[in-house]
Amino acid sequence: MEAAMGLMRRIPPKHSEAALSALLSLLPHHSADLLSQVDQPLQVLCDVDSGKEFILCEYNRDADSYRSPWSNKYHPPLDDGLYPSQELRKLEMEANDVFTVYCDQYYEGGTSSVYIWENEDEGFIGCFLIKKDGSRTADGRRGYLEEGSWEAIHVIEVVPLDEATARYCLTSSVMLSLTTNDESSGAFSLSGSIRRQMNMDLPVDEGHLCNMGRMVEEMESKLRYSLDQVYFGKTKEMICTLRPPSELVQTSLPEQINKRRS
Amino acid sequence: MSDEEETQPTDEQKIEIAKWFLLNAPAGEIQYIAKDMKAVLQDETLYITAAAEAFPLYNKSHMICLDFPDRSGEVMVTPFSEIGENEYLDPRTAQVAIVDHVNQVCRRARPANDEELPTPYIEEYRYALDIEVTKYVSEAYPKGICSVHCVNGKDVEEPGMDFELVVVISAARLSPQNFCNGSWRSIWNVEFKDEAQLVEVRGTLQVGAHYFEEGNVQLDAKHECKDSTMFTVILEMLYLSPEDSAHSVTTIIRHHETEYLNSLQTSYSKLPDATFKDLRRKLPVTRTLFPWHNTSQFSLRKDIQKNLGLEKKK
Repeated sequence: MEAAMGLMRRIPPKHSEAALSALLSLLPHHSADLLSQVDQPLQVLCDVDSGKEFILCEYNRDADSYRSPWSNKYHPPLDDGLYPSQELRKLEMEANDVFTVYCDQYYEGGTSSVYIWENEDEGFIGCFLIKKDGSRTADGRRGYLEEGSWEAIHVIEVVPLDEATARYCLTSSVMLSLTTNDESSGAFSLSGSIRRQMNMDLPVDEGHLCNMGRMVEEMESKLRYSLDQVYFGKTKEMICTLRPPSELVQTSLPEQINKRRS
Repeated sequence: MSDEEETQPTDEQKIEIAKWFLLNAPAGEIQYIAKDMKAVLQDETLYITAAAEAFPLYNKSHMICLDFPDRSGEVMVTPFSEIGENEYLDPRTAQVAIVDHVNQVCRRARPANDEELPTPYIEEYRYALDIEVTKYVSEAYPKGICSVHCVNGKDVEEPGMDFELVVVISAARLSPQNFCNGSWRSIWNVEFKDEAQLVEVRGTLQVGAHYFEEGNVQLDAKHECKDSTMFTVILEMLYLSPEDSAHSVTTIIRHHETEYLNSLQTSYSKLPDATFKDLRRKLPVTRTLFPWHNTSQFSLRKDIQKNLGLEKKK
């Protein structure tokens, strides 16, 4: 299993879906572990009632069907599927509405889904998902990206500590890839995935949604910064180490050659 | 789920999977992938078959450099230096290396025989270009290696016929303790066309980097200068000696590689504020954090958002 995780860390992130499938076929007895520790690209379905998209994951799946957060129905329909309690469903609906606005503000498009279900005792688990296609043919507002995708999965375990506070344990993973392509510089492709955790004990006077939302927002900002500055930064540093940019570079071709070019 | 009842992959499929993992290893990481793959496959025989097929392809594609056993020099394993199964020519020392691909070492060397080497006429051009390129590589790359081969017309004995040389440049920086590896590969085709009295230069540049401390991030950049007029440079060969043409060709290579590096840096500098924004903004347009606590305003905002949304998308 350790070897399998080692492979996932080295394979180019854009191939991670293929790599995971290959590993699942080779190690079927480890499939539960693999699926929980390796993130797969997110798929979406369209809700039959509202026409809105919702994201598929292990947390809204029962057998081969997926529950939509908009209509609370399973797609394809399921006779005895699992549903959250009425109270949690109420929280789930509110969370989805608010999260849609959050998603729009930060992602200018994209699809979001929130799933909430019971945990032991009085606790519950919330899963916040975002899928953004930033390519210029999709939701890329500025048209920079030939191909681009950001997918985030945030799973928060909420455990009430006492009347006034609760513990929130957040595990987040982000998978992203971007490709630019133009005449002068060719194809430039960056892709990556990272996972982080954050635990906080917070007062519940403003409600769970507020606390969870803030944690997700903080985590996403940290991850975005980290990917951009640290991770991409390191790859850039590596290139400059391979071939240091020289200031004395001759930026124009010598005369003899220039004359020949028409 | 019904998938659990599917049969295990066949031996052939397992070999293909292993090959795929090996071939997709980032620069300098194939041995690590090999170790993990062996553990996952749990079948020595299958692994050996996969490795025997994957390693040669990987080594040639990454243009690895191996020392001769007697330390008399080094040989680059490339599609252009391959003259036989597991045999690679080093034109500088006129030796042929017999290579063990899976272990990535040169087992032994033998002198090249006359048929394997270019003619003295071609060698003059090859040698001159080699000198210039080696000088360039030592200046531009802290740890670069390069090689020049004749890939077409090596038996040409005098002016009047076309021939083609290939320049390969490779630099790799492996820092596994810092969880970071990178590689730069360039391949330049230099065609000497006698009738048109032209030298045509085309290049392919490929850069990769992998950073994997608590994560997995990779850069993959490629630039082909095949038909684009910017990179096909025509030189008049009339009256140019091997040394002069070598000098001109190297200047072109140097110019274009530097330009490419600059454009890579530009791409990186546009990331934080421009490119990345198409994926996720740093902050909403309001330039403040999201007001989670103000749920009541959301029903109102949702309507406004919807209207705005409709307007924005058109």
